Amino acid sequence: MLRPRSTGDLVAGLIFVGLGAAFAIGALGYDLGSLLEMGPGYVPLVLGLVLAALGVAIVVKAYVAPDPAPGEVSDAAGSGRAVPDAEVPDGGAPDTEVPDAAASDGVASDRVPTDADVPDPRPLAGIQWRPTVAIFAAVGFFALTVDGLGLLPATFGTGLLAAMARPGTRVLRALLIAVGLTLTSWIIFAVLLQLRLALFGDWLGG
Amino acid sequence: MDLLDNLALGFSEALQWHNVLFCLLGVALGTAVGVLPGIGPTATIALLLPITFGFDDPTSALIMLAGIYYGAQYGGSTTAILLNLPGESSAAVTAIDGHEMARAGRAGVALAVAAIGSFVAGTVATVVLAVAAPVLARAALSFGSAEYFSLVVLGLIASIALASGSMLKALAMIVLGILLGTLGQDMYTGTPRFTFGVRELYQGLNFVALAVGMFGIAEILRNLHDPRTRTRLVSRVTNLWPSRTELRQIAGPVLRATGLGSLLGVLPGGGHVLASYASYAVEKRVSRNPSEFGHGAIEGVAGPESANNAAAQTSFIPLLTLGLPANPVMALMAGAFIIQGITPGPDVMTEQPALVWGLIASMWIGNVLLVLLNLPLIGLWVRMLSVPYSVLFPAIVVFACIGTYSLSQNPYDVLAVAVFGVLGFVLIRSGCEPAPLLLGFVLGPLLEDNLRRALLLSRGDPTVFVTRPISGVLLALAAVALVVTVLPMIRRKRDVVFAEDD
Repeated sequence: MLRPRSTGDLVAGLIFVGLGAAFAIGALGYDLGSLLEMGPGYVPLVLGLVLAALGVAIVVKAYVAPDPAPGEVSDAAGSGRAVPDAEVPDGGAPDTEVPDAAASDGVASDRVPTDADVPDPRPLAGIQWRPTVAIFAAVGFFALTVDGLGLLPATFGTGLLAAMARPGTRVLRALLIAVGLTLTSWIIFAVLLQLRLALFGDWLGG
Repeated sequence: MDLLDNLALGFSEALQWHNVLFCLLGVALGTAVGVLPGIGPTATIALLLPITFGFDDPTSALIMLAGIYYGAQYGGSTTAILLNLPGESSAAVTAIDGHEMARAGRAGVALAVAAIGSFVAGTVATVVLAVAAPVLARAALSFGSAEYFSLVVLGLIASIALASGSMLKALAMIVLGILLGTLGQDMYTGTPRFTFGVRELYQGLNFVALAVGMFGIAEILRNLHDPRTRTRLVSRVTNLWPSRTELRQIAGPVLRATGLGSLLGVLPGGGHVLASYASYAVEKRVSRNPSEFGHGAIEGVAGPESANNAAAQTSFIPLLTLGLPANPVMALMAGAFIIQGITPGPDVMTEQPALVWGLIASMWIGNVLLVLLNLPLIGLWVRMLSVPYSVLFPAIVVFACIGTYSLSQNPYDVLAVAVFGVLGFVLIRSGCEPAPLLLGFVLGPLLEDNLRRALLLSRGDPTVFVTRPISGVLLALAAVALVVTVLPMIRRKRDVVFAEDD
């Protein structure tokens, strides 16, 4: 099988095709109306088709003329490539300049990308399960339990799941972080900001 | 004189003690979150937005948000200078020379220059805003649906033309944003669209949930995926005040950057990011010793920092006069307006003068507070940088959840955060930018509404968009912008403009 020259283009293109088609098909269920009096389905149908077409174009481009991956594709916040990497002084060999290993959890060892970072040319290969699933689960847990369990238990669970997202984090440490976050949230949101949220929900008899 | 009356009204509003307090609180909070590594102004505002929703007085809420914006921006520069960790690409430029200055023991001077430059630029840009806004708003009042539709199209297209990265993907992200904006009840017929029978979705996707997901959660996922270290904390910040010579050195760059930034800030899609890059390029070109750039040139800090602050201020112009957010931050501000029950646009100027002028005046006050607050507190901000990331990111996740939920106690909003966090992350990884999606989402309903209304008024005649002169001109401009972006030859030149070569 022909391999795409840019998986980023392929993935993005397929997502757009899928979502575009979904919107277009969904729109068919609504009244389309006419040009004079557009119904609720008109705009979503047209734009869904446009999105799918753009997706196809991006997929085709993935095989024919991909974006020159490293350095070309810009990063989340925008014009990452505007400053050529060479111009960003990272002090020669930044990775060797991590100060003392003792500060294993300090800023020094925290890897935080900059906008000069080059995205992975093979995005899906670069997506790790643990952080992605854990963060999704953490936020999802809050959504599903905040009404039933109440603010504090939901916060605890979310904090625990989120803390576990980082590869290498042990359960005990994650538990400590979760407890700390629950206490902090209680102080900030319930005591200081006085938000009227149920601290414990119906499921717990609160 | 009108201008003075307006400013007087604004200052009397903004100087009420509670508004000053909210401004101060906003600046402090914005700096505190903005200083955290890897979080840029957009993410900061998205995360802090929910705090302001409980306010009864919209003026206070917006003043606080504006304060958060400047604070976040300044916080971003602080990390860029001290850690070489720009939270957003506008600060990436500051990092180049700012961090070199810090390594040479001039961190204090670099931070002070950034603050002084921002203050001067902010002051001038506030005046520009005060002068330009009423004029534009008056012109905008004559706009009909066709004009508005064309204006939104122009804004969306221009935001691609001025941004970098793949144009096809940016276009697709805009379209996806508009489609997501169609969720909820159709405004003409009341038909619920794409709600899957869920009542909570009738009002549409929550804008804050989308922004928190795409900018906050996706950003955390990105940080968790990139195990790279390039941080060296410069912990000692001494000698804040620049010398006389240094002050003379930065006078030119600050003034040039202010002009440049004020101009670029008004353009859609450009905003503060484009302004910083352009200013850096200009300063390097006019400098007598360009070789110093990249090795701690003070002009390389003063210019971009002033430019991005000026642009931050003037990018309020399209929002306040036309109701068009020029960049994601303004899209968030527009969202805040709407949640406060105010539709941003030309009418706001005449109907709520106290609010608009209070906001404008508070921008200047915010800049003063920024200088007063941040320079003495540098030590505190530096200490915040030592919070380990393993504690920091779960905290951000938790606060994002609680904040989003507290908006309207709707768990579906939080679910949307989860979905758009992961979707946004995958799209970002695939080389798509989240900003166009957010712009499309905010402008989409405006686009559809005006399209349908214009066609209704013209009895279904689609030529109305080109036969009405203003609308025609706007669409022609949009077409030119699109062609310029697509043509590969010009496209390559555009890259040269961005990537100033040595």
